Amino acid sequence: MRFPLPWEVNMNKNNVIQAEGLTKMFGDFTAVNAITFEVKKGEIFGFLGANGAGKTTAMKMLIGISTPTSGTAKVAGFDVFTQAEDIKRNIGYMSQKFALYDDLTVKENITFFGGIYGLSRVRIKEKTKELIADLGLEEVANQLVGSLPLGWKQKLSFSVALIHEPKIVFLDEPTGGVDPITRRQFWEMIYRASHQGTTIFVTTHYMDEAEYCDRVSIMVNGKIEALNTPKKLKEQFGVQSMNDVFLKLARG
Amino acid sequence: MKRFIGFVTKEFYHIFRDRRSLFILFGMPIVQILLFGFAITNEINNVDIAILDNSKDATTQEIINKISASKYFNIKQIIQQENELESVFRKGKVKAVLNFENDFSKNLIKENQATIQIITDATDPNTANTISNFVNSILQKYQQDQNKGIEIKYIIIPEPRMAYNPELKSVYMFVPGVMTIILMLVSAMMTSISITREKELGTMEILLVSPIKPFQVIVGKVFPYIFLSIINAAVIVLLSIFIFKMPVQGSLFLLGLESILFIISALALGILISTISKTQQTAMMISLMGLMLPVILLSGFIFPISSMPLPLQIISNTIPAKWFIIILKGIMLKGVGLAFIWKETLILIGMTVFFIGLSVKMYKIRLE
Repeated sequence: MRFPLPWEVNMNKNNVIQAEGLTKMFGDFTAVNAITFEVKKGEIFGFLGANGAGKTTAMKMLIGISTPTSGTAKVAGFDVFTQAEDIKRNIGYMSQKFALYDDLTVKENITFFGGIYGLSRVRIKEKTKELIADLGLEEVANQLVGSLPLGWKQKLSFSVALIHEPKIVFLDEPTGGVDPITRRQFWEMIYRASHQGTTIFVTTHYMDEAEYCDRVSIMVNGKIEALNTPKKLKEQFGVQSMNDVFLKLARG
Repeated sequence: MKRFIGFVTKEFYHIFRDRRSLFILFGMPIVQILLFGFAITNEINNVDIAILDNSKDATTQEIINKISASKYFNIKQIIQQENELESVFRKGKVKAVLNFENDFSKNLIKENQATIQIITDATDPNTANTISNFVNSILQKYQQDQNKGIEIKYIIIPEPRMAYNPELKSVYMFVPGVMTIILMLVSAMMTSISITREKELGTMEILLVSPIKPFQVIVGKVFPYIFLSIINAAVIVLLSIFIFKMPVQGSLFLLGLESILFIISALALGILISTISKTQQTAMMISLMGLMLPVILLSGFIFPISSMPLPLQIISNTIPAKWFIIILKGIMLKGVGLAFIWKETLILIGMTVFFIGLSVKMYKIRLE
């Protein structure tokens, strides 16, 4: 038992991500311009923006691989400036490339990523069984991942991102290049994870997916121009779909 | 530690499941050493030559017999007229023509001298040179035999002795070079490709977001190649000892240590290349053009450094392979110990430290 540190007291217990005036500059160019927002525990938070709006840069600061120029941010209760290593242990990450090793089998991939997150051998065995059963991959468990269809890779990649039961999982355009049915199934997985208490932070290009999120933020030119539930955003802009909200904002 | 083992296991899966890397790792060294050892050689054997004998007397016949009896030459053709020369060379088989002047014997007796013209096909200057030297020495031997019993005042007899490689076997020259190339190829090219591959696949990003440290990732990626390079070095040394009967005069232990030093410097170069290239293709091109070519051309492996123009000589000093080849030749052929190669070793250590420092710095910049 230890006493909570000052910043842990200050932080709202229900916020797993809290950013204030978070800024990233590359020379003279401000990629992310003083963004302030918070993400609540168990929430599905949609992080939207056109290409080059600064989404990826903002996300990189939150996942601890890029140091902010100024501002503050806490992820899973840890400071992005000083506790990047603690953050890494408490988050999961899935990139748009569904990065798994094609020349390793399903089982070997799970074992490897479990090992990277420091899971014990016994725990890895349990997790492997559980994961393969959940995804219905028994038949292909010993096949190379490279031989699997894209949709399966995507699901496996998501499960691997959750292997260490992180508090938050960051998904960077997780549904690029897969068909609508697979996208649908994937969102069902996201919902399931969210119901189990995992916070989901997701960037996407598909505006229909934005409708699935609890709350959505829209970035334009490095700033967050809108942040609310999809319903309220549509009311606020007087439009019928998130697509129109996005177009209104992006056109300025 | 457990993470590290997991990581290295994964690397070995990558290597052993990829035919291309397997071939580069284990096929290349054997193929190269056999190629250089058997096929590519500076020695001449059974070279086809032609004779244009304008005098056709006893002396010329005797000389022709001597030449044809040697294992170096094979008299392919006898030509009758000077105007046939061109067409003989054009066909390409015949590499040299010996042209005996008219009245060879007569001239020799009357004027104490006679001329043989040695015409060689110098499209391949090295071979041409060697042929002409060999013919010369056969002629000299013949002269000495003729002059036996005749007293000549003041005679200088050169007695050349080829130290460290008395039979002038070219394999002795190639083994250190091939070993250097292979270690460079395996260490630098393979690591740079394997690191950039993770970047290309996006798995590098995943690794950076995980609790494993960037430093651990690099060590994990490099470790299997250190191990495999050492095996490769051992295979090359064994092949050259048992197949080419190349004596290793110096200490095998020292040879091993120096090899590890060179492997590490090549690995650092590989990491450096991976920090500046985004794709596997780029990494491979930079490795081949930026590392392999200088190693082959400027390290003194094939072309002697002392006969290069000054700017190239200066550049050659910046190539780690040059120093490693000097060290290898020293240990393998001359049997020297550290006392004679400490300078080269120190230079190599310095370069290694420099490359490691630089690649760590570049790697950090890349992370930002």
